[in-house]
Amino acid sequence: MDSENIRSIKELPSEENMQPGTAACAGCGGLLTLRYCLKALGENIVIVNAAGCFTLLTIYPFSPFRNSWLYTAMACAPAGAQGVRDALDILIKKGKLDPEENLKVVVLAGDGSAYDMALSSTSGAIYRNLDFYYICYDNEAYGNTGFQHSGASPFGSRTGTTPPGEKVPVGSQLQKKNLFDIWNSHKPPYLATVSPAYPVDLMNKFKKAEQFKGPKLFISHIPCPPGWGFDPSQSVKLAKLSVETGLWPLKESIHGEVEHTFVPKKFKPVEDYLKKQERFSHLFKPERQEEALKSIQEMVDDYWRKNKLLP
Amino acid sequence: MAKEMLTGNAAAAWGVRLAEVDYIPAYPITPQTEIIETIAKWISDGEMDAGFVTMDSEHSMVTAAGAASATGARTFTTTSSQGLMYGFEMLFTVAGWRVPLVMVNVSRGLSAPITLGPDHNDILALRDTGFLQIHCETCQEVLDSVLMAYRLAEDDRVLLPLMVNMDGFFLSFTREAVEVPDVEKVRSFLPEYQPEHAFFRAGQPMAQGVAVLGGEFYSYFKYQMHLASQNALEVYREVSDDFERIFGRKYGTIDEYMMEDAEYVLVMTNSFSTLGKAAVKRARENGIKAGLLRPRFLRPFPEADIRNALKGKKAVAVIDQNISVGKGGIIYSEMASCLYNENSRPLMLSFIGGLGGKNISQEEFDLIFEKMIHAEDSGIVGLPHLLYTKKEWEGIKKLKEIAGRQ
Repeated sequence: MDSENIRSIKELPSEENMQPGTAACAGCGGLLTLRYCLKALGENIVIVNAAGCFTLLTIYPFSPFRNSWLYTAMACAPAGAQGVRDALDILIKKGKLDPEENLKVVVLAGDGSAYDMALSSTSGAIYRNLDFYYICYDNEAYGNTGFQHSGASPFGSRTGTTPPGEKVPVGSQLQKKNLFDIWNSHKPPYLATVSPAYPVDLMNKFKKAEQFKGPKLFISHIPCPPGWGFDPSQSVKLAKLSVETGLWPLKESIHGEVEHTFVPKKFKPVEDYLKKQERFSHLFKPERQEEALKSIQEMVDDYWRKNKLLP
Repeated sequence: MAKEMLTGNAAAAWGVRLAEVDYIPAYPITPQTEIIETIAKWISDGEMDAGFVTMDSEHSMVTAAGAASATGARTFTTTSSQGLMYGFEMLFTVAGWRVPLVMVNVSRGLSAPITLGPDHNDILALRDTGFLQIHCETCQEVLDSVLMAYRLAEDDRVLLPLMVNMDGFFLSFTREAVEVPDVEKVRSFLPEYQPEHAFFRAGQPMAQGVAVLGGEFYSYFKYQMHLASQNALEVYREVSDDFERIFGRKYGTIDEYMMEDAEYVLVMTNSFSTLGKAAVKRARENGIKAGLLRPRFLRPFPEADIRNALKGKKAVAVIDQNISVGKGGIIYSEMASCLYNENSRPLMLSFIGGLGGKNISQEEFDLIFEKMIHAEDSGIVGLPHLLYTKKEWEGIKKLKEIAGRQ
């Protein structure tokens, strides 16, 4: 891939490395992210997948990919990537594998794996400076099991295991875990947040990451129509709203130094984003939960104020 | 070649070095750690050309090892006890990937209570994973079994991972005279691994470990594993014949000691079999026609060889160095099922002994022979017998008193 930045969506590579016809849900923001990522990565890759929604992308004897695939388990895709990367390196070094046959190693994991169960194996892989890509598709819950609370679920959201009720009207009482900062504390060569609504930003981040040897990490905030409760046609709009309200900052970090890659000129109120989703509907009816709504807005304002980027 | 005094752990490491393994992901645990330290030193000194990485857990370690094996590298890893349990999920997965990973388990009793001494509840918990299992009595056998393990696992009629087992402390830290074979001889026995079924390369994309939807598809792949494991018995005959031809040492699927005219047979595995063999010798001196059968393979289970070896015997005592809580000895059940449909079969007695490295004393062996003879005379076989000596009973009573329990 040409290392110069692209400026518009028209300049995205036309090659598709993932074919249509997967078992993913209509409007899956993760699938859209993956499609763009694969345009950036090309076909000479091996995806090491963790248990999650994307387990069902390959079902014997079908695969939507032009590239290789290894399904591991929930806690250990980064460890699988370590084995594949090390094996390719040693086989090439010993002359048992033609360097032309080399592959990029890519971990694919949902938030349940990345934020919770695989935290140890991910930390290990980053710490060991493993030369790999990591794509976390974050829909803020355990989606494949029907949308239960994960470490990525935001405060005030309804999930299967944080149902709003008389005693706990707010739903999830916990704040979303800050995976970006956890990963960034390892000072990886490259780390970024991305969004399927910003494919140009995404593509340019992969182009930039390519120059680094070591961990190249991406977290994509991905709308989930069945879990979040909205019409599949609105997926990209919701992904866009999460960025425009400031809830999902687009940023990157090089060896621990963080820069924002997109700052909305004017931040939309978070309610614009929350109102469009069934998982937040209890915050608005039967009566508005003012305190909860206020605390979500304050949390966002606080973030941007601390980063000195609030207009 | 001259013999060297090697611990079981060092013998395992030599097996790995001579097999010219490409990659070793590792994680320390007592009593296994000496294996990975030995290998790490050789790599650091340039005496062994392999990749080595310390992982963040045994779960990650087994995953990395399986994934490297799926990429086409000859891979080794090793653990013990709690570590094996921590990686347990991935043992099923790696076996399902049908990759020829070889592991060594250094047996150690499972927590709780936490302990260091050996028994086989760790390795026997693996019996349904798809891993083949070889259990060793001596340090030489450990080295030789690692070499045979790669030949067997990499055979395309098998393609299943294999676990070589040795007892912690009793074998892992005991020095014995071991012949370290010449590397050229090893190459003639174990050629370089050429993966044909599982690898990753740019020119030939491959999806591994994919999902199936539907029990009939799932069953097909599981049956394939079972049939491949059964194939291993046949393939092993070739492997052990070749091994004997090249190195002059012969290992069957079972080890038979004074079995030919034996009437009363002990069944034991791993290093405590040496105690059993001494007991057999003593029993012979006392006029009892004793023998010992030691299964080396527990997966696949060498049913035909066992049936054959026990034909015409009067009584068999299975000494399980494990306990299936609520049932008894694991190997007892396996032996019994293997003989059940025989027209004439020996009486079979069950003993639990050696848990957590507890000694099996001369008196206890005497009791076992006594009970076999009594069962043969009376036709009555009692419940599983939990071996415990009077002296041991006095010892625990003292501890309980200190703990304030009468």
